[in-house]
Amino acid sequence: MSDPVLLINVILLVIAVVAAIAAMWTRDLLGAVMLMGIYSLLLAVEWANLFAMDVSYTEAAVGAGAATILLLTALTRTGTREKAGPNFHPTALLTVIVTGALLIYGTADMPRFGDPQAPATVNVAPEYIAQNVGKVDAGEDGPENDFGDHVPNAVTAVLASYRGYDTMFETAVIFTAGVCVILILRPLSPSARRETAQSQEGA
Amino acid sequence: MSDSVVLRTIGGMLFPYILVYGLYVQMHGEIGPGGGFQAGVLVAAAFILHALLFGKELTDRLLPTWLVDLAMSLGVLLYIGVGILGLVKGRYFLDYSVLDPTHPAPAEALGMTLVEAGVGLTVASVILTMVRKVNGESS
Repeated sequence: MSDPVLLINVILLVIAVVAAIAAMWTRDLLGAVMLMGIYSLLLAVEWANLFAMDVSYTEAAVGAGAATILLLTALTRTGTREKAGPNFHPTALLTVIVTGALLIYGTADMPRFGDPQAPATVNVAPEYIAQNVGKVDAGEDGPENDFGDHVPNAVTAVLASYRGYDTMFETAVIFTAGVCVILILRPLSPSARRETAQSQEGA
Repeated sequence: MSDSVVLRTIGGMLFPYILVYGLYVQMHGEIGPGGGFQAGVLVAAAFILHALLFGKELTDRLLPTWLVDLAMSLGVLLYIGVGILGLVKGRYFLDYSVLDPTHPAPAEALGMTLVEAGVGLTVASVILTMVRKVNGESS
């Protein structure tokens, strides 16, 4: 363990796994939500440690922030104690073990982390980093810039330029989710409420 | 609404800073890490904190439901609008260089800023709407 980065990675992952197991184990749902938040935050630090800053931001904001808030709000409607019952589900355990074994089997074919000869770094990545798509030559007297006439953050360039359609439909999906929440959880209009009351009286 | 004076004071002090940080992540997305998705969640979190500390009624007055609904659709329309602008000007869909044909690089930065602003608006209003609706909003 001479490599400090590796040491930090191992410590973070061990705490994350402990938090995940504790979240499954506890009967207190409020505590489970908090533990999932801690798990997400640890993963966010882990992403930052792997230089995936954009992923880290998203994990911290969505995983540790928004998801925790949504689950907490849901808890105000359901109560914070888990129903009494068996704590052991053989089918679930089997599914998790099989899926986990498949995933670990899959990592055997993955290149070493940061390998410069890995397929991901030799095929499309140089093209993304060079940012040649849509590039228009500014000419001799054009303004100087260091980023090949593109925005400096390659991740944003890929998201908004190379995969502009993808991001557009992602936004549309989020919009659809919002509309669905409004439609499902909207309060009934006065006339609809009368109709419901009448149908219940009739039944 | 929180009864604790400490929570309300500290939360009230934090609220503008979370908003400013959200805007920073939004505007800085082309240069550093960040962008519309993350910024939207941050801005929504600021208003959720506000609602937890000062009560739903005050936040509803600050940010009425119709405004959030409007922002939700406006975000998607802004993104698609930038795309259609390219078609109208006789170029490809989402071709950012139409915004300033003589300076394609700043035009692209401008286009991405607009598009990310659309993403941020939609994400912030959808997260806020979800929490409000699940929380049992009256209106």
